[in-house]
Amino acid sequence: MQIFERKFCLYCQNEIRPLITWESLFLGPEEPLLCEQCTAKLERIEGKTCRICGRPFSKIDDSFKKGDICLDCYRWEENAAWRGVLTRNISLYMYNDFLKDVLARYKYRGDYELVRIFVPEFNRTIARIEYDFLVPIPLSAERLYERGFNQTEALIQEAGRDAHPLLKRIHSEKQAKKSRSERIQRPNVFTLNDTDEEKKAALSEIEGKTILLIDDIYTTGTTLRQAATVLRQAGAEKVLSLTIARG
Amino acid sequence: MRFFESEDVLVPERLFRKGEFFAKSKYEISGQAKRIFAVEKIPAQSLDQDFPYNRDLQRLLSGRVLLLEEVPFPLESIHEHVEHGYIRYEKGIDVDRDGMYCRRCQNREVHLFGRFHCARCGEECVYCRRCIMMGRVSQCSPLVRWTGPEPVFSYPDALRWEGQLSIAQGEAARRIVEAIEKKTDLLIWAVCGAGKTEMLFPGIACALQAGLRLAIATPRTDVVLELAPRLQQVFPDVPVAALYAGSGDRYKFSPLTITTTHQLLRFHDAFDVMIIDEVDAFPYAADEMLQKAAEKARKRNSALIFLTATPEETWQRECLTGKRNCYILPARFHQHPLPIPRFIWCGNWRKALTKKRIPLPVRTWVQERLAIEKQALIFFPDVELMERTLPLFHEFHPDIASVHAEDPERKEKVQAMREGRIPILLTTTILERGVTIPNIDVAVVGAEDETFTESALVQIAGRVGRSPAYPTGDIAFFHYGKSRAMVRAKEQLRRMNEEALRRGLIDYDW
Repeated sequence: MQIFERKFCLYCQNEIRPLITWESLFLGPEEPLLCEQCTAKLERIEGKTCRICGRPFSKIDDSFKKGDICLDCYRWEENAAWRGVLTRNISLYMYNDFLKDVLARYKYRGDYELVRIFVPEFNRTIARIEYDFLVPIPLSAERLYERGFNQTEALIQEAGRDAHPLLKRIHSEKQAKKSRSERIQRPNVFTLNDTDEEKKAALSEIEGKTILLIDDIYTTGTTLRQAATVLRQAGAEKVLSLTIARG
Repeated sequence: MRFFESEDVLVPERLFRKGEFFAKSKYEISGQAKRIFAVEKIPAQSLDQDFPYNRDLQRLLSGRVLLLEEVPFPLESIHEHVEHGYIRYEKGIDVDRDGMYCRRCQNREVHLFGRFHCARCGEECVYCRRCIMMGRVSQCSPLVRWTGPEPVFSYPDALRWEGQLSIAQGEAARRIVEAIEKKTDLLIWAVCGAGKTEMLFPGIACALQAGLRLAIATPRTDVVLELAPRLQQVFPDVPVAALYAGSGDRYKFSPLTITTTHQLLRFHDAFDVMIIDEVDAFPYAADEMLQKAAEKARKRNSALIFLTATPEETWQRECLTGKRNCYILPARFHQHPLPIPRFIWCGNWRKALTKKRIPLPVRTWVQERLAIEKQALIFFPDVELMERTLPLFHEFHPDIASVHAEDPERKEKVQAMREGRIPILLTTTILERGVTIPNIDVAVVGAEDETFTESALVQIAGRVGRSPAYPTGDIAFFHYGKSRAMVRAKEQLRRMNEEALRRGLIDYDW
């Protein structure tokens, strides 16, 4: 008889050998989703970070710091149009080669199950944040059909939380293929999602609330700031964000 | 996506979203749209001989099984071909008495299926995670297959090659031609350096003339990249397709397809001749999925030719007892005998290396190579041990380097080795095959480790003496107790030399 069910790494699909301890014998084994090798390749963001964008200071040169924020955020805050739009971003992991592969398989190949890798850390982190609504960064209808699911909504759902889809997106070209300056300058792709009465009702409650935006990757911060602008114009008091990866 | 079931054809729901199609629609649609998984029996259209089918679509789809998003034609056009019996929609995920399975990769492992709420069908959708890297096959994704006539071709006298086959190569080539003509199975067991590629030329030429579609499948992308231009060069008028993850030839019809075994998953009933190179190599041997893919990709009545230098034990027995149609080529093309490995006891190498000591016999061997300035490869059973050992080797020579599978500079280092800029290269088993450096010695540290199977050791020994200018060299298996694999590997090489001598394929006793 096999006491423990065979477990396989969610990413590399190799078998995970169960770690048998007194604790696991009495309480049931804690279920690791990834094998040891894959777990080791995920780089949790720790230590001192930029107060705004959550980039770890250990990864950047001192010349890119301005007090407790990084030079990129300093430039955002210098610009009156963007100042204070995004209060704070928190990212779970560094966007390293391993996470790049994982997220590419998740988003582009459509391997939905991989989202479960991020759920425990997502839940631990979100428990420390005060917010009123969780708002996923939306996909355009075309992109949603193509992918079959929205990668950020999936994360919220698998984490057992309620999403408030307050935003919608106008179809535009893929983000990843654009340069930083193109991304910063392009017109806002988000509008308020008021497609039906239910959504309108949700929007009417936004006044004075703290919104937590959810996205997969923070790269330049443009996407999140554009979304935040729309929400702030609709009356939100504060916009925070949480992403899986920090590019 | 979802389909409506209309009298005798499935109609994609998406077509109805477009106003124009709806306006001229001839369908009487009743009932709800459903996923292809829920359709009980997919209606088969009879072939409309008068339909002016699209030749480009034919050339793309013939013998393939693709997701709709892999077919760069409008859905209207694809559907029109379905109506006239030239294309069929098939289920991506199906279910039978044994449970659910993926029709593309034949996966039945429960833990390799996932599920999600799907925006395409609006339901909980089960998908296959095993072949996910080729795009998602789910309960609502149809696979499309060409059911019309195959493209007809013939390339008489396509071979442009001035070289000459050795007597033994010529005999192997004759057996290959025979297998292709009779559509039988054949195993070519040819030693490393026998010149396998050239032996294929006459068979390929004969198949191309007869209008037979060929695939040469290999487990490794590097082999595809090396083989495709070589074949294109000797068959200049034939469009050769090279298929591997990320290759540009995906939509090309080719009478001669060079492909990774993995890419065979996208084929069905396609090939009259299937040649599988390095049948024993990882991951083909290890992976049942790829074996099934090869079976699915070839036609039922087709020739199946395996090429290998190191067949696994059961195959070796079947060859030697005549149970398998086999041709053994025991000599290298340059007609010198195969160098035979030496076994050298070196004590507990793992313990020594862990304590940052190189066992004395290994030390001496390395110093000898450096003294006579002969390049060498040294194989290690695992990456960690090798990396830990590298600094110790730097005491002998600062340019000694190491390489492993995930090394980003892997290609550069192999190139540097070829150009003589690295005196000694430490490596894991990744360099056991395919690497040809003219004048080298090899050593294996920990040859009895289970990583070094019989076939791995034969392949490693096969790196030595490849060039006619330098047909000999030293092969040292350092060990702490001989393994069965070591003994069998040495025995295999010895037997090949005996056989070659007996058949007069090598010039002298070794």
